Amino acid sequence: MTDLGCGLLGAADDEDREYALSDYEGARARWCPGCGDHSVLTAVQKLLTAEQLKPETTVFVSGIGCSSRFPHYLTTYGFHGIHGRALPVATGIKLHRPDLDVFVVMGDGDCTSIGAGHWIHALRYNPDLTVMLLDNGIYGLTKNQTSPTTPQGLVSNTQPRGSLLPALNPLTVALGVTNASFIAQTAEFVPAHLYATLRAAHKHRGLAFVRILQRCPIYTPGIYGEAVKKPALVELLVHDDGVNVPALESVYQQRRQHDPSDLAAARELAQSAEPIRLGVFFRDPSRICYETLRRVPGRTARERLTLLDTELDRYAV
Amino acid sequence: MATSLEPAASVVDAPPDAARREATLAEHTLEVVSDAGEGAQKCGQIFGAVSARMRNGVWTVEIIPAEIQPPPRVPEGASGIRIRLGSREITNWGDQTNLVVAFNEQVLLARHRLGALAEDAVLLLEDTWATHEDEAVRAAWNAAMNELSSRSYRIIPVPMEAQCLSLVDNPRKGKNMFALGMLAWIYRRDLERIAEQIAHAFRKKSEDVYSQSVALVQLGYDWAGRHLDFRITVPSMEGGRPMVVMNGNEALGMGAIAAGMELCAMYPITPATSVSHYLSEVFEKFGGVVHQAEDEIAAAGVAIGASYSGKVAFTITSGPGLALKTEFIGLAIMTEVPLVVVDVQRGGPSTGLPTKVEQSDLFAALFAQPGDAPRIVLAPATIEECFHVMVTARRLAEAFRTVVIVLSDANLATGVQPFPRPALDVRWQAAPVDLTALPDEFKAYGWNAETGLSRRAIPGQPGGMHTLTGLSHDDRSKVAYSAGVHQQGSAMRSRKLAVLQSTLEPPVVYGPDAGELLVVGWGSTKGAIEEAVDRARTEGRAVSSLHLRFLSPLEPGLREIFARFKRVMTVEINYSDEPDDPYITGENRRRGQLAWLLRAATLVDIDCWTRVPGEPFKPATILEIIRRRTVVTEAS
Repeated sequence: MTDLGCGLLGAADDEDREYALSDYEGARARWCPGCGDHSVLTAVQKLLTAEQLKPETTVFVSGIGCSSRFPHYLTTYGFHGIHGRALPVATGIKLHRPDLDVFVVMGDGDCTSIGAGHWIHALRYNPDLTVMLLDNGIYGLTKNQTSPTTPQGLVSNTQPRGSLLPALNPLTVALGVTNASFIAQTAEFVPAHLYATLRAAHKHRGLAFVRILQRCPIYTPGIYGEAVKKPALVELLVHDDGVNVPALESVYQQRRQHDPSDLAAARELAQSAEPIRLGVFFRDPSRICYETLRRVPGRTARERLTLLDTELDRYAV
Repeated sequence: MATSLEPAASVVDAPPDAARREATLAEHTLEVVSDAGEGAQKCGQIFGAVSARMRNGVWTVEIIPAEIQPPPRVPEGASGIRIRLGSREITNWGDQTNLVVAFNEQVLLARHRLGALAEDAVLLLEDTWATHEDEAVRAAWNAAMNELSSRSYRIIPVPMEAQCLSLVDNPRKGKNMFALGMLAWIYRRDLERIAEQIAHAFRKKSEDVYSQSVALVQLGYDWAGRHLDFRITVPSMEGGRPMVVMNGNEALGMGAIAAGMELCAMYPITPATSVSHYLSEVFEKFGGVVHQAEDEIAAAGVAIGASYSGKVAFTITSGPGLALKTEFIGLAIMTEVPLVVVDVQRGGPSTGLPTKVEQSDLFAALFAQPGDAPRIVLAPATIEECFHVMVTARRLAEAFRTVVIVLSDANLATGVQPFPRPALDVRWQAAPVDLTALPDEFKAYGWNAETGLSRRAIPGQPGGMHTLTGLSHDDRSKVAYSAGVHQQGSAMRSRKLAVLQSTLEPPVVYGPDAGELLVVGWGSTKGAIEEAVDRARTEGRAVSSLHLRFLSPLEPGLREIFARFKRVMTVEINYSDEPDDPYITGENRRRGQLAWLLRAATLVDIDCWTRVPGEPFKPATILEIIRRRTVVTEAS
């Protein structure tokens, strides 16, 4: 056994091991055929392989919903918790174990509705997490209820005359949070962009929030139907500090240079839903991570008890 | 038991050396009461700590108004502290107060109206109000004097404000130290120890505050020496084991350190928050962090995330917060992630009585959960146990891979009592997180089929990868809805409690282990119950008591113990229907929570006496309950 510091004991690293994509494949995914979740899973498995992340030091945390089955389909550690509460769990993991690589997978109900409070505060705490919002604009697992991101007018079982309110814009919400450090949008139907964005998100130190636009093949098959067919409806935000995917250039000709350090411009660009903008809206790697802020020197059991004995002196009779 | 002072013929403003009464008493109970913000509690805390240092038995209880800044000079705003001093160990706040220092007559009235004051209590009362420029104030003073004259109190006017003005501009900020000086003179407290205690209490304040406070104490001390005609000696206890003195919330925090826990996640809630105040001040030095989460739910989630990834973490809360954490607690139980949840109980339901004691969260702690969610529930009965329970809680959470709920209460939270200095043991501490590789055949829930116990894998451990899930799962943590799997998982989680119970000893009866009446309690009522039992026995009544620390699983052997008594009853600070209330029958009567639990567990016809007064029980009250249910069988 080796002392790894911070009160961790372990074996020496198995540095030579090389991981293939299949090493990350867990149970067969049970999502519906055509579900955007499959594309995200593939992109994540590609990312894990490209980065050669050790399955034992990687944790996927999710809440409840279709997308929250995600961890089961990987071979890493996984924590499939309760609805809306993935972020506090992930924050706790990171606070105690900054050495772990932690990903969070949430759906739109999970993140922007029942877990909205945690979402805002996690952005502010800014722990070093890669956070994916798999946003298909509907509650799928519970069978077709309106979510905060459901487009206005879309019919569901709970709002049969059409979604009553304008959809919540997760980007403007996230961009409004103090100390948020990375906010991006990508789409399941542009796999190369999805992969590149996740990779940039993972590289970012701090909470990288990625909203992934996707369709539910059963309940919201049409929400990005036009954009899927007409790349002209999509605008790529490109920058050396953001995401550049040269391979997409021939198809996606609408491109905009956007410096992700420009928060005011990011907020402006995030305001409108048309064109659909994909890219890194905002990135500030200098923002402080919560677990860094809260790092304290570790103590051995004996050190702690010696100090506690001194502490007891203050209360001694 | 407490003897008070005879009213003296001559009172104040005359050097009373010749007439001075010196009383030596086995115990004495005093209070300092003021408007909120005038520092009566600080005065009493320092006095209590110094008294403990001088080896008196001490129990302090804070008198807390529900509002932060209630209007001045109203009875509802009474803020203060009661200190019971003894020449032996003191385990509760006693019955009535023998001496009061009051900063105005209205807060004194509040204590009078509550019946808190002994018939012959000595009342040291700020007299500036008697001659106040506002006629309404003078009228209120006169009305109060009239009301107080119905009892044979001895009222001694004290010009606290006038005296303090010789040293400070704002007497509101100085009276409490003047009062402390008076008390120091009356009870012969050591001024040097008082100065040390002031330095500790005001460690975050400036040197000026310290020196001014010490000067005010001296002023009060000298004033008392010149004007009071009595002094009181409560002899110290024999020297012996080294002791420490603190309140229950500090003890919980220190216990968490002794247990080797490194993360406390919380959201502010009275009366639990002061645990985090204490820890926020010292925890980092011990390698620990207090995380103030965005809400109660997140606090539970952060603690679970931390526990899942290594050392057991804890969250502290009170009733409404416990309710919010319910779903996460269920997740931790279902996924067998160890977690310690401390609930410092207050009056409920809903927002209830935020600053007042109650023992109403027992059922919430035991059962609040959809589905079957067995967990361990412990209740410390003393300040000392608040310390040690955290060590026990962490170890049980880890060993049994489950949630341990610790039920403290507002009485323990702010109560101060000396207790034997803990002999720290390195085995109390959590082991370093072991990340060595697990064998190929490792299962996320490798349940021992007999005990339900299993080893958990921690992220970072090669070979242990799996996805925890709150869904029904098999021993590999695979989602499985089949009947057999859910039956087995449920059985394994439940079995652990029986296994834990098999390791416990039957509880020890206080007093003879057979008799007419057995009083059963839990939590902070222990001292008052046992004192009442002692008194009842000296009257010749065959009564004993039993105090439970484990509420889930229950300690073993209860049915046998109960069988040796003609009657068994619980005494609890929670609500129950009175048997003779309208509509109440033996079948529909809602009983005290422990009584309900014990009846179900033992099939013994257990009675209960419960009240929700928002304050601790007095021994005399419990004695009266015992008297009504027993006969005098032996000559006293």
